[in-house]
Amino acid sequence: MASPILDVREISVEYLSRGEPARAVDQVSFELMPGEFLGVVGESGCGKSTLLFAIVQLLRAPAVITGGEVIFKGTNMVQMSEKVLRAIRWRDYSIVMQSAMNALNPVTTIGAQYADALRAHQKISKEAILDRSRQVFELVGIDPVHLGSFPHQLSGGMRQRAMIAMALLFSPELIVMDEPTSALDVVAQRALMVQIKELQRELGFAVIFVTHDMSLVSHFSDRLAVMYAGQFAELGATSSVFADPMHPYTAGLLDAFPSVYGPKVYLDGIPGAPPDLANPPRTCRFLARCPKAMTICAGPAPEFYELAGRRVRCFLHDPAGGSDA
Amino acid sequence: MPEPASTEPAATATEAPLLETTALTRHFRIGGLRGRVLHAVDSVDLRIDEREIVALVGESGSGKSTIARLLAMLYKPTSGTIRFRGSPVADLKARSDLLAYRGQVPMVFQDPFSSLNPAHTVSYAMMRGLKLHQPALTRREREAEAERVLETVGLVPARQSLVKYPHEMSGGQRQRVNFAQALSYRPKLVLADEPVSMLDVSIRVGLLNLMARLRDDEGVSVLFITHDIASARYVSDRVVVMYAGHVVETGPTDEVLHSPVHPYTQLLLSAVPDPRAPIAISSADAGGPPRVIDPGEGCRFRWRCPLAVQACSQVTPRLRPSSAGHEAACHVTAP
Amino acid sequence: MSLREGLDRLMTGTSGNLARAVAGNKKALTGLTLLLIFAFMAIFPGLLAHDNPNAEIYPRSAAPSASHLLGTTSYGQDIFSQWVFGTRESLFLAIVVGGLATVLSVLIGVTAAYRGGVVDVALSLFTDVFLVIPAFPLVVVIAAYSKNGGNSILIAVLVVTGWSYGARQLRSQALSLRNRDFLAAARVRGERQWRIIVFEILPTMTSLIVANFLGAAVYAVLAAAGLQFIGLGNPDGMSWGTMLFWAENNEALQAGSPLWAIMPGIAIAALGGAFALLNYAFDEIGNPSLRPVRRARG
Repeated sequence: MASPILDVREISVEYLSRGEPARAVDQVSFELMPGEFLGVVGESGCGKSTLLFAIVQLLRAPAVITGGEVIFKGTNMVQMSEKVLRAIRWRDYSIVMQSAMNALNPVTTIGAQYADALRAHQKISKEAILDRSRQVFELVGIDPVHLGSFPHQLSGGMRQRAMIAMALLFSPELIVMDEPTSALDVVAQRALMVQIKELQRELGFAVIFVTHDMSLVSHFSDRLAVMYAGQFAELGATSSVFADPMHPYTAGLLDAFPSVYGPKVYLDGIPGAPPDLANPPRTCRFLARCPKAMTICAGPAPEFYELAGRRVRCFLHDPAGGSDA
Repeated sequence: MPEPASTEPAATATEAPLLETTALTRHFRIGGLRGRVLHAVDSVDLRIDEREIVALVGESGSGKSTIARLLAMLYKPTSGTIRFRGSPVADLKARSDLLAYRGQVPMVFQDPFSSLNPAHTVSYAMMRGLKLHQPALTRREREAEAERVLETVGLVPARQSLVKYPHEMSGGQRQRVNFAQALSYRPKLVLADEPVSMLDVSIRVGLLNLMARLRDDEGVSVLFITHDIASARYVSDRVVVMYAGHVVETGPTDEVLHSPVHPYTQLLLSAVPDPRAPIAISSADAGGPPRVIDPGEGCRFRWRCPLAVQACSQVTPRLRPSSAGHEAACHVTAP
Repeated sequence: MSLREGLDRLMTGTSGNLARAVAGNKKALTGLTLLLIFAFMAIFPGLLAHDNPNAEIYPRSAAPSASHLLGTTSYGQDIFSQWVFGTRESLFLAIVVGGLATVLSVLIGVTAAYRGGVVDVALSLFTDVFLVIPAFPLVVVIAAYSKNGGNSILIAVLVVTGWSYGARQLRSQALSLRNRDFLAAARVRGERQWRIIVFEILPTMTSLIVANFLGAAVYAVLAAAGLQFIGLGNPDGMSWGTMLFWAENNEALQAGSPLWAIMPGIAIAALGGAFALLNYAFDEIGNPSLRPVRRARG
């Protein structure tokens, strides 16, 4: 029985401000097994990117981790010093950002940046640098001649793949990705996702993939977490979540995607807006927009119940009580 | 002069289109000693009738946004004509004529965060628009009209929205304000340039429904520019597919999406992630920007096309009918 | 819309934010307090100083005492009165020069950015020429050739040498705004170009315009004092700079009336400092990342 590579326990992140601090991530917990592909879906403001940055300890003021632990390979990263973090960063885990143009240095060649990354962690010869750089380029399907190119000389899709290649330099066990395909067009997105999945199968790393596009991640993730207002609303195997969404928000989200092939039906979306995270309601956070609200929902918020390997934060699935009208 | 919102029933669809373009072309000179030319839009024939939603679908670089700006008269065409209700738009010289056109064909922009001036309230924007395009109304009447259109687009109570600043509203609400502004001019055609792309998924559908209501209840046509085929299918009557500045396929939406003729349309459809569709990992077309700089003759899709033959690099294919109302520009599939 | 309504709109948009931001910023509060003190001194000098600043009737070069808080000059004038009454002219110069220079900067900078093309090239060249000319020597030369013109020449000279830096800044900011959708939206709405510049662009640039004004005011305070000190101002006027001029002429520091030179010097520094503090604060306020915008997409 393998043990999880990542164990996030009750992590909370607040954005400090002059007024009330806003709790962008509210006691989120989950485990990630080695080689697992976890998709985290949610809309803007739900806290998914903040959660990601909290996990890899890259939060910047005014965002601050105010509670919880992130146990990566047995050690709590929240308490690690920057020195220790720098040693394991990129080596044991790496990050792929939303836009390559934000992550890659525009004034040096790609090859030079790979060399920098490699040298930062170990003494390494020029040949070894070249070898490894070529290897990762091959993995993602870019002609090694582009090691001498500047980022702006590559197309959008190639840049993203160059970023992914950079994340693979040390064969890390975990790669976190923050919407890496959102800047690409539909065709390039599809190709990149297929590539990521193939690499994952081949090299065996775990992935946490944050996105607002549920349909994109649906074909590639093993498990899916749906995030709303700083909390996980639902967590479970992707196929189960899609076939049988338990939380009304998940169901609403699935329904908000007009289909290309299915029957044409009138869709409602989910009218309304998420609650103010500086003053979250005591009740279930989805209450104001929920089509299935019951009287019990007006009381204290539900727990993150567990049923048959899935978890959901909704009274509809409270294993203890029945569902009240 | 204020017109009633619902127009007379449209004439038969084959007559007098509301807006049509003939060989519309827009080139941009880009730097460099060789004086290269970017062919943003080349020889586009477009047709929009009354009370219909036409989706203009394409990826970035396809020219769809440039078309919107040409139709909104933000750019002048390099060549070709735009006719609105039969008369060429290039003939409009007097300020009053231009203003009248802008009232009939307003535009809604993509980015709700930058399309409203952060220094002004909603009321300012609405009243300015009404002052320009419904000058006969008194101030009271303008206020009433502003409230009416805000309610039509779903911003209720309207009074509350009028005094808000953009940063006090969500993206979806801002886009509704933009639609309300356009609606207050009593337009015939709204140019909507990717109006929902920057909105959350759960909110998009609400705005798509709004566009359908504009067509059904207010008699307004919409040119819906998007890269998302699913939204195009949900709300449009006809679809025009563009690639690299050319129209590659056009026809009734259901027909085109059900039986796509052009290889690019087929590629687009296969790449759309749909949670309800069976899992299908398509071949690794890596995508890539379309070649629009000094492209020369020939089909611009040929480098990515699995069906390309020699004629494709020699002659630019024209739109040819494939079935009723359905046309495609491909030497192989629509000869 | 009438002009008044237009001005109203210009002010309401950002004034709420401004007021809050100023109140919460220590530098801004300090600067504002100093400025208010000086404003009071300028508007109601008689309440503070009871002697006629020009009257040469008192004992000469007297040390500070109860009746002459800062002592007297070697002409027998009360230094404290001079100091208080001098505020008016110094503040007046700062505000007028600051204001006029800012108006020029806005007109030239924003027009260059919005019109683009040939107009931009021409205006930018014009701006660059003035930017590059060494201001102080130019100012000295012009002022020397036009003595006895009183303060109007001084103001003209300072404005002419003080607008170009601001014009560059404002042009840059206006350029960055040029492609914002709300400007295209205004064009598509059918607005005339001048309306777009005045009612769409300028309101979003108020912080930078105010910051420009403050910077120009600092420049005016110091440059005016400098010119007056070397005698190129109006020596019969009553300002801190002229006080320094006369004090220097009479070797005040050596002759035992040091306050005659020190007090106007401190006042000049304080007024310049007040504007500078407010300027720093406006930089912070103008930075969009501090604005309370919550990007909720729903």
